[in-house]
Parts: sequence; C-alpha cells; structure tokens
Amino acid sequence: MLRAVFEPGFFSSSPVHVALAAGGVVALVSGIVGSFAVVRGQSYAGHALADISVTGGSASFLVGVSPLWGFVGVGVLAAGVMDMIGIQRPRGRDLATGVVRGAGLGLAALFLYWDTTHSNVTGATITILFGSLFTVSSTILPAIVALSVAAVAIVAVLYRPLLLSTVAADLAAARGVSVRLVGLACLVAIALAVSLSAMTIGTILSTALLIGPAAIGLRLSRRPGLAMAWSALAGLAATWLGVLLAYDSFYWPPSRHGWPVSFFVVTLIFLGYVAVQTITSRVRRA
Amino acid sequence: MKRRPGEPGTSGGLLDVDGVSLWLSGRKVLDDVSFSLAPGEFAGLIGSNGAGKTTLLRVILGLQAPSAGTVRVAGQPRTRRGSLIGYVPQKILLDPDMPLRARDLVGLGLDGQRLGIPLPSARRRSQIDEMLQAVDATRFADTRVGLLSGGEQQRVLIAHALISRPRLLLLDEPLANLDIASEQDVVELLGRVAREQQVAVLISAHDMNPLLPVMDRIVYMAAGRAASGTTAEVVRPEVLSDLYGQHVDVIRVHNRILVVAAQRGEGLDVPASEPEPMVHEGA
Repeated sequence: MLRAVFEPGFFSSSPVHVALAAGGVVALVSGIVGSFAVVRGQSYAGHALADISVTGGSASFLVGVSPLWGFVGVGVLAAGVMDMIGIQRPRGRDLATGVVRGAGLGLAALFLYWDTTHSNVTGATITILFGSLFTVSSTILPAIVALSVAAVAIVAVLYRPLLLSTVAADLAAARGVSVRLVGLACLVAIALAVSLSAMTIGTILSTALLIGPAAIGLRLSRRPGLAMAWSALAGLAATWLGVLLAYDSFYWPPSRHGWPVSFFVVTLIFLGYVAVQTITSRVRRA
Repeated sequence: MKRRPGEPGTSGGLLDVDGVSLWLSGRKVLDDVSFSLAPGEFAGLIGSNGAGKTTLLRVILGLQAPSAGTVRVAGQPRTRRGSLIGYVPQKILLDPDMPLRARDLVGLGLDGQRLGIPLPSARRRSQIDEMLQAVDATRFADTRVGLLSGGEQQRVLIAHALISRPRLLLLDEPLANLDIASEQDVVELLGRVAREQQVAVLISAHDMNPLLPVMDRIVYMAAGRAASGTTAEVVRPEVLSDLYGQHVDVIRVHNRILVVAAQRGEGLDVPASEPEPMVHEGA
C-alpha cells in the first residue's frame, strides 16, 4: 500500500531530502510573506519582483556564482528602486512596478541569450524560468534557510505596524509609524520570498507560491495570524506533495522521464484554491 | 486675521491651536487659524469641501507641520502627541476578504504601533470586549471589517481610536456616506462616549445640523480661515460674512441652520448643507 504512494528510494534519495528541506522552507516563507503581499494589494509588485530577479539569476550563470545570490541581490535592489520611484503612492504603484519590471526583463532577455549562446550553459533558461528543485545543491541550503529566517523576521517584527498601515496609512502615521519605511521593509521581504522560490519552483511560477497559498489562507480564517498559518501550511503541503508526485512520476508510463516538480506544486495550489473557494462560499451562503 | 468672537486664545486648554498657517505648493491652505478646546468639550469643525478641515486635522495630528503658528495638545508639542490623540480617518477601503475582524482592528488601537506579534491575554481581550460594548459593536465583533456597513465600520474605528484612552478624539467627516439613521446613531454615540470617557471631541463635517444637539463649540472654516465659539456666537451673518469675505445670511428653520449666500448671478448656495464649496480657495 505504502509502496503505491512512495516509489522505491524516495526516503533514501539525497536530492529528495534537499528538495523537501529547501522547498519546504521556501513554501513556509512564501505563505507567510505572501499573505501580506495579498492584503496590501502588492500581488503585482510580487509578480514583477519575481520577473526582475530573472535578471540576477541569468547573470549569475555568466559570472559563475550560485543563481541564489543573483535572484536575491537583484530582487532586493529592485524593491528599493520601486520604492524610490513611488510604489508607496497608490496611483504611482502599478506604473512604478511596470516600468522597473520592463527594464529588468529586457536585461534578463540579454543575459539569457548570452547564457545560451556564449557560455553554453545547458538548461540555464529552463532552470531559471521553471526551477529545478531536485538539482538544488545541499551546500546552498544554509543560505536558503538564513534568508528565509530574515524574510519571516521582517514581517514578524513589523506585524502590527504593517496591518495598521494596510487598514489606513494615516491611522498608522498618526501613531508614529513610519509608513514608508514599513512599506519598504515589506517589499524587501516579498523580494526575498520570490527570489527564494525562484530557486525552487522557478521565477515564472514563484508568484503562484506567493499568491495562491495566501489566497487559500485568507479564505480559511478571519484572523490575520491564523490566515497566515493556513497559508504557510497550504504552501508546504503543495510543495511536499509536489515533490512526491514528481519523484513518483519517474515511474509513470509511458515515457518514464519524470514530470517537473513545479508543475505539480502549482497545480496542487490551484486545485486547493478552487476547493477552498467552493466550500467556503457554500458555507457562507448557508 | 484677528481673533474671532468667543475665542479664548491660548489659555492652556486641552487643545490650543495658535495662529496656524500653512502653505502647500504656493497656496495658503490654512490662514492664521486659532482656537482652543477645553477637556471633555465637543466641537464641530464645520466647512465646505476644500475649506481646510482635513488639513487642519492633519496639522493637529502632527502629520503635517504648519508653516507658522503652534499646536499644543495638553501642553505637549508635536512629538509627544501620539498617545494623547485618537484619530478616525475619513474612510478605509478594505477588501471584504481581508482577514481582520472588528476586534482585531480595535486591538490594533491598543498597541498597533508596537513591534513583534501580540501575545493573547485575558486582560487584553476583556479590554477589547469592553470597548466594543461601549460603541455597541459586540454584535459584529467577529465579522471581517471589510464586510461591515459604513456605520458599523465607523463604530469599530471609533472604538479603535478610544481604546488607548486618548484625551482628544479627532474624526474626519465620520458622517459622510452614512444614511440618516446611522448618522444619528453615530452622533448620539459620540456625544455619549465623550461624556462617559471624558474625552474632548473635534469632528469635521460639511453640514453642522446633525451635530447641533451635541456640539458645545463650533469651529467654522472657510477658505482656510476659522471662527470659533458657541453656535450662537459664530453662526451669525456678521461673523460668517467676514469669514467668507462676502455677504451671507443665516436662516434658522425647523431647528436647522442654513447659511445662504447670494453668489454673482448664480442664485443661492447653501454651504452648510451642500458638499459643494461656496467660496473657492484663492477667490
């Protein structure tokens, strides 16, 4: 029976261990930070930060460092630039985000082109865009954990000021909260979260891990803290189940090639959201 | 602008606004505004849109530094004002899905500026319950704030502002966008709470009439200038004509007060009841 769920070697494979650890940590971070991205109306900013971090990821192959540092470095830098040119004003928000995102993607296109033509990094494009959780090196694991702790620490420390400034900026400012600083810190946390998930499930899909579990969480609870916990849990469940299914898929007929982990993670999140949405709206109507 | 009738000057009251002027992008938005509030006093800040009400509230809150003049709250200058003032903003726009119950928002009034995650405690909970009860919000205490009606949200925001026991409560157009029944409920609630909690209230509105039963003092604003005193002292043709810089009449009918001006060939305008500005800034 257990054999049918866990194909042979799942628990003894070291790439699986690393994938479960890295994927799990990143899912928890995305779930927690993503909740703030969603309630603060910064889903698009999160999406743009993920796109922009491609620039760093693709450049890292050219200079020969781990893509993690490329993703994180450029992601955080972009958060700073977006704040500088006016993301804190609701009216300038989408404009600032869009402008920075466009510029970042332009550079990413150039670097990816160089990756594939000049330096012959095979699979760089696929790795960066769609992730490859099974190829994450165990040496980078401590860095992933450290950056994850940093991202969660930011939103945990600023938990109340962030909630207050989300309700109304004036309300927070009247209590002496520096709304701009708090907003920038939150954007940096979002940048860290999407950069980390760019490493695991790829830049294109990292928004799904940021937004999807958060959307599930705020459906499941009326309380901010509990909604975040549900969100983290949903992300974790989708990631671990995705890793398992991807591992099992190596044994699936007809091709026996294995399907990408990212596909499973994102599909599971989507199915989870549809299920929760259906159930809660039925409960609310009753 | 000289002091207005009934103006007590800087007498060391709870709130002392003294000669406050403010220029924003070359425009004089506030023009030598002076008035005082005594502890527990209920005051209406009345004027049409663009008269400078919200700006004056922001200056009192310390969100905006005046170009000239001083504001003191219980004798404290700008930097130490935070805990003395409770603030209810004009409106909040919250997604219905936002996971934040009414009681969570009231809790943020207790310690929303603090860092870290709040630990649940029986004392905190009973404080929140008590406040929710004081504003008749117990019924929807566990509902998401984004799902509440305008009047219900006002109650929750008032509880949010009052729970830290401020000495002064500032409300920016709390009656805007409310139906008449909720409007009366909120006014009644504010009058009662101000007495019970011994808190001075400054409430901005474009129509003074709903506030007439509870108002001890009126601060009437037009084109950035203000006149303050009791309603009988301030809402007179002489005082308001001086304030507006053109002749206006004051009509009392059915316990309502209408301020009416004959505008150059445009017929009657009723600034006290209509949201449209009668005197445009710079006019």
